[in-house]
Amino acid sequence: MAKPHAPDALFRTLADPTRRAIFERLCRGGEQSVAALTAHAGVSQPAVSKHLGVLKRAGLVRDRPEGRQIHYSAQPGALAPLLDWTRQMAGFWEARFDDLDDLLKRMDQ
Amino acid sequence: MSETRAVVVEREFAHAPEKLWRALTQPHLIEAWLMKNDFAPALGHRFQLRGEWGGVLDCEVLEIEPERTLAYSWNFAHEDPAYDLQSVVTFTLIPTPAGTLLRMEQAGFRPEQKQAFGGAHAGWKQFFEQLDRVLEQA
Repeated sequence: MAKPHAPDALFRTLADPTRRAIFERLCRGGEQSVAALTAHAGVSQPAVSKHLGVLKRAGLVRDRPEGRQIHYSAQPGALAPLLDWTRQMAGFWEARFDDLDDLLKRMDQ
Repeated sequence: MSETRAVVVEREFAHAPEKLWRALTQPHLIEAWLMKNDFAPALGHRFQLRGEWGGVLDCEVLEIEPERTLAYSWNFAHEDPAYDLQSVVTFTLIPTPAGTLLRMEQAGFRPEQKQAFGGAHAGWKQFFEQLDRVLEQA
């Protein structure tokens, strides 16, 4: 089983806006070739390939060679280490906001 | 596991920013929805939030702009690194036709990363907004 990627590495990987855009595009559009991704990335194909390499090392994308093309797909499950704490704290704040809403209604009276 | 993390929770309330601001900054009102506290609306004021479970959070007002922004540190000292938390909670109030959109962002960093917080702040905000969208579609 693959070792979970540390949140630090995930944050660093996704902190770059171009890289993040590539990852989001793969999440939205499913598997795509490097050429297809380059058409929308606004940077050169070597730059896109480099970003994909970083995403792959972070476990965020998977590659599948087909002929001369390499196709990439998103692995959103790799975001899980970020989500556990996020979910936990989001639950806490949602509950606090429920109480805040009750308080605001009482303040009217 | 390292401890870099952040969370954003937003909700629109059918109440004016002025009223939300009071709920966020008056101790007896804060207690009604969050925790017991000795908060004061002054930059640099140090206070504690005391949870029902007996835990105490050490806080300091880092940013205060009436009816718009309130940020304070939200630190929980614990000898076990798994429970030790150093974070910053930022409330942003945005007026809407129906009332106020309240945005809460809590961002935590390891102690040695605290200095990096200022510079990273703007970037993380944007990141988490986009992350939420990505996760909805994933």
